[in-house]
Amino acid sequence: MAAVASAPRRRLHRLERPALMGVMVREVVNYSSFWRSSTFSSTVDPTIYLLAFGFGFGSLVSEVAGYDYIEFVGTGIVATTVLFSGAFPAMYSTYVKYAFQRTYDAILAAPVDTEELVTAEALWISARTGVYGCVPMLVAIVFGLDPSWGMLLVPFIAALAGFGWAVFGIFIAAKAKAIESFSYWQSGLLTPMFLVAGTFFPLDGLPEWAQIAGHLNPLYHCVELVRHAVFGFEGWIDVWHVGFLVAFALVSWRVAIHYMERKLIL
Amino acid sequence: MKEQESAIRLRGVVKRFGSLTAVDGLDLDVPFGTCVGLLGPNGAGKSTTMKALTAQVIADEGELEVLGYRLPDDSKQARALMGVVPQLDNLDVSLTVEQNLLVFAHLYRVPGGHRKEAIERTLGIANLTDRRDSKVDELSGGMRRRLLIARSLLHRPRLLLLDEPTVGLDPQVRQELWALIDRLRSEGVSILMSTHYIEEAERLCDQVTIMSHGKAVAVGPPRQLIAEHAGPEAVEVYGSPTHLTEVEGLARDRGWRTRRTGTSVSILQANGAAAHLDGETRVTNLEDVFVLLTGEEIT
Repeated sequence: MAAVASAPRRRLHRLERPALMGVMVREVVNYSSFWRSSTFSSTVDPTIYLLAFGFGFGSLVSEVAGYDYIEFVGTGIVATTVLFSGAFPAMYSTYVKYAFQRTYDAILAAPVDTEELVTAEALWISARTGVYGCVPMLVAIVFGLDPSWGMLLVPFIAALAGFGWAVFGIFIAAKAKAIESFSYWQSGLLTPMFLVAGTFFPLDGLPEWAQIAGHLNPLYHCVELVRHAVFGFEGWIDVWHVGFLVAFALVSWRVAIHYMERKLIL
Repeated sequence: MKEQESAIRLRGVVKRFGSLTAVDGLDLDVPFGTCVGLLGPNGAGKSTTMKALTAQVIADEGELEVLGYRLPDDSKQARALMGVVPQLDNLDVSLTVEQNLLVFAHLYRVPGGHRKEAIERTLGIANLTDRRDSKVDELSGGMRRRLLIARSLLHRPRLLLLDEPTVGLDPQVRQELWALIDRLRSEGVSILMSTHYIEEAERLCDQVTIMSHGKAVAVGPPRQLIAEHAGPEAVEVYGSPTHLTEVEGLARDRGWRTRRTGTSVSILQANGAAAHLDGETRVTNLEDVFVLLTGEEIT
């Protein structure tokens, strides 16, 4: 058997496009077999919230924070959808692929690193979130929310926030020793965040500590940004909202990669 | 540039998990174009070694080289050139056979114009062409294992890692897979295969490394190891448990090695001198070597 010359010098880099593409192709092909249920759960839940609050609460109050209630909740609901279609699928699908399907064993045996794996999966969830995020807003249009050109920016805002929540969900899955521990994260962190985000009622009326907590909540910044995109931007304050969402995404991204490496590479 | 002779070269590899040392100073070579078997009882460190070769386990000490690339730093290049068949099935069960292959053609960076050809070729190798549209959860265990092998061959790897490739399969299915593996080796693919089926190692491997407690306790071609450690023939004595204990004592006095095989005692290295013990003479095998060296029976 002939000996083979030493390997070429070229080193493969981090975050290579073929590796990201490969992982995303896997997600897209799998999605073709479960898109119905996924789309249903990601869009129907927020739409129910929208209708329940819109009709239930909307009959008690006509105006909130200077907006018609349908305008207020119809834009805020985008953030709820982002959470539901970003964090939750990331948590569950990461855990299932890790613990039950051993998918990551197969992917990491191919020329793909953990960093690429996490990034590609989050990018795909982020793309989905950008689309799903608009669905309840479109429903709100039927119920009286006026369309505006600014709405065209909403998918991008939803995708940015969605990337942050996707990597945050992957981080939760990486920390979880059993799928049961998701309950702590959901009840202890995600549900309060979902409520204290200025989606259904403004933060102003809350006690000061809750207002401070609200301002640290990425969902709040997503809510504000979407409202301002639809009804008019407010200058630097929106730069701050974008900055907060970018920072949340970047920090969660690195943390998720760190913990996934600890879990996957022994 | 230095010429390499080995597809895999490990020197003094150590891997600890807490207080447990799973791999304890392992040396291992897989020369190009050969099939090497990693043989050992459960817990000997085989799976940890296999995982270290794809950098899914990072060794604490030692040198690892795969296809000329140093691990773990250049592991991604090495992974691009090798195929891996895992012990535990990790196919996408809700996808079809063809979709599974398509996904991995992307992951293994098969260029766009060659993907179709690669999928057809590997479907053919694995004899799954007429099951291409079946979902994975409709396949039998043997077909799923063949699909795993097909998946590992899409990018024409020069090195194949097979982790217990036939565990849990029917004897007939196992023989089909042996024929497939033998064919790949004859086409020049270098193979490292971990197994605890002795017969598998004897039939397929040019060399075997017997592992025990994380170390290589013997290395060589199966025939040579048998001749060296077990002698040309064994005498197998049957009888009551008391009789077997007596026979063991007798053999020990003469300096012969023995092993219990269920209802009998096998006397090894006696070179014909144990004929008077009224046993059946049989040809020695790799299992004798294995038990002598590791002190453990395998199933």
